[in-house]
Amino acid sequence: MARAVTTQHKTIATAAAWIVALLIFFPILYTIITSFKSEQEAIQGFALIPSGTMESYAEVQAQSGYFKFFLNSVILSVGSTVLALLVAVPAAWSMAFSPTKRTKDILMWMLSTKMMPAVAVLFPIYLIFRDTGLLDSRIGLTIMLMLINLPIVVWMLYTYFREIPGEILEAARMDGASLWNEIIHVLTPMAVPGIASTMLLNIILAWNEAFWTIRLTTTNAAPLTAFISSFSSPQGLFWAKLSAASTLAIAPILIMGWFSQKQLVRGLTFGAVK
Amino acid sequence: MKLRTLTLGLLSASALAFAAHAESITIATVNNGDMVRMQKLTDDFTKANPDIQLNWVTLEENVLRERVTTDIATKGGQYDVMTIGTYEVPIWAKQSWLLPLDKLGDDYDVKDIIPAIAGGLSVDGKLYAAPFYGESSFVMYRKDLMEKAGLKMPDAPTWDFIKQAADKMTDRANGVNGVCLRGKAGWGENMAFLTAMSNSFGARWFDENWKPQFDQPEWKNTLQFYVDLMKADGPEGASSNGFNENLALFQQGKCGMWIDATVAASFVSDPKASQVADKVGYALAPDNGLGKRGNWLWAWSLAIPAGTQKADAAEKFVSWATSKHYAELVASKEGWANVPPGTRSSLYANAEYQKAAPFAKMTLDSINAADPTHPTVKPVPYVGVQFVAIPEFQGLGTTVGQLFSAALAGQSSVDDALKQAQDAATAAMTEGGYIK
Repeated sequence: MARAVTTQHKTIATAAAWIVALLIFFPILYTIITSFKSEQEAIQGFALIPSGTMESYAEVQAQSGYFKFFLNSVILSVGSTVLALLVAVPAAWSMAFSPTKRTKDILMWMLSTKMMPAVAVLFPIYLIFRDTGLLDSRIGLTIMLMLINLPIVVWMLYTYFREIPGEILEAARMDGASLWNEIIHVLTPMAVPGIASTMLLNIILAWNEAFWTIRLTTTNAAPLTAFISSFSSPQGLFWAKLSAASTLAIAPILIMGWFSQKQLVRGLTFGAVK
Repeated sequence: MKLRTLTLGLLSASALAFAAHAESITIATVNNGDMVRMQKLTDDFTKANPDIQLNWVTLEENVLRERVTTDIATKGGQYDVMTIGTYEVPIWAKQSWLLPLDKLGDDYDVKDIIPAIAGGLSVDGKLYAAPFYGESSFVMYRKDLMEKAGLKMPDAPTWDFIKQAADKMTDRANGVNGVCLRGKAGWGENMAFLTAMSNSFGARWFDENWKPQFDQPEWKNTLQFYVDLMKADGPEGASSNGFNENLALFQQGKCGMWIDATVAASFVSDPKASQVADKVGYALAPDNGLGKRGNWLWAWSLAIPAGTQKADAAEKFVSWATSKHYAELVASKEGWANVPPGTRSSLYANAEYQKAAPFAKMTLDSINAADPTHPTVKPVPYVGVQFVAIPEFQGLGTTVGQLFSAALAGQSSVDDALKQAQDAATAAMTEGGYIK
């Protein structure tokens, strides 16, 4: 009887998990389906079976050079992630292993910067970029994306580092390890799942960032978010083309997420259950 | 001697290489069919101007508006040519944010630009933007359904006729709505339509002293007529419909009439996209016999920001893209029907264009029927047919648009919507220093 109940619970739980997963994934799935429709089909109403036309992809490719935008997305997301980790690892180490009475306040202050609407600082940031010649530059946008995601990176790393017993680091110090060796050879290997998932999440966040990447670029540094934005039309049907552009833009990050899902889940659930 | 010759040669080569280095200009634009076509045809320009390289930035309309406004207000210098509308031109020109276009070339023929369009793009007699394509609004209707209803659409219908025809054409059982009109909130969406419509009802946004006029009977008549008409004969969920949604409905045969931009005529008469392509007739926007019709005037135009370092190259491009030569180029490559409409009188005198575009005459008549400098029956202190050319209008227009969209959706009454619109407009005008 108990076995039957367990099996029943398992079936219900599995079904519930599938339903939730499908609900979450459905908008992406429908975007992909719409990309294989004609413009007339796309606006006609809800339909799960497309005609399978590739005309939207052909038009998107003919209209804009996808590869240039893709390359900028890769450079900006990877570059900003590496830069963020370089800053965040020492910061999180310091806060996790040498906390002061202000550490919690600093962490909260860092997080509070994420609560401000980005548009509130658009003009000051735009003027700084203008005066420093960073408008439409990959360097400027890499720094910007790093700064935007830094609070999340620090918070995630801090959470992972807190799970590592301080005694191990003390033992390394007793053995004469320098601070640098302690971070590189003791802390980092133990925190690899956490660092990896932080890295992956940051790449995804930077890849999808659409406010600053559209507003601080024109042609040289414009990533895939600008590519998608260019397909919305005030006068004329564009849903199929927009869906094709979106599918092309999210495909790389979806594929990356699929292959690294084990690492991502392991990192995100690191220390969740002791 | 040999060394000196070599040095001189190298210096000359460097100078030549520097001179030959292409100057690149950045053009910000929207993703409209005509704009996309222009990008494909730019070889013609670069062949004639090998020293000018073109970079395109295509953005969604609202993002483009925000981006170019940020850039021009901060003198960011990111763009050398901007695609802007008739709303921005008078405001930006007065702020000295745009360069006057006075070097468009001897063969440009400025006088050929349709006077109503040129008027909307000029300040103090100087042209600050060159129109790429222009539009008004008119009635597109199904000739077969009109005939079935036993009616004949006049060239210049009244609102009463539109109501009568819509009632007769509505056939909910077969999915036919008598009339499709904009309902989606936004200063460029439902408020473009409703502001133009209100002009024909004798309403105005502000009196001569900038006092808001939503508490006047003319606005009540406008909004009540619109809500009643749409409730009786409009499509379901009309408060979410903008240009593109109504275009799809009309192309699928679900609208008896659609009053919207003249540029839509090429879409609804295209047999590849429209199921009713051979059944569409055109008429002027309706009136109420007060001397003003409910049609608007708009032109997507190319302007040069004052902050550009490449004004000469930018003006060369603007001149090319808005010239008679460009119209002929499009005609030779893609046919006369695809020439950007609504900018030049000569296009409408062209027999081949008239043949290719059966809506040509009605488009020109509609454009000529709009007067942005005298848009209303009673006098007003502002310019603009379907907008008020003041910086506050974008925000205020969208707020009022949301209130009117809610009235259409049945979330509030017409009286409540108008009262709230009056309050919002009074607050905005007081804050802006127009009234005390």
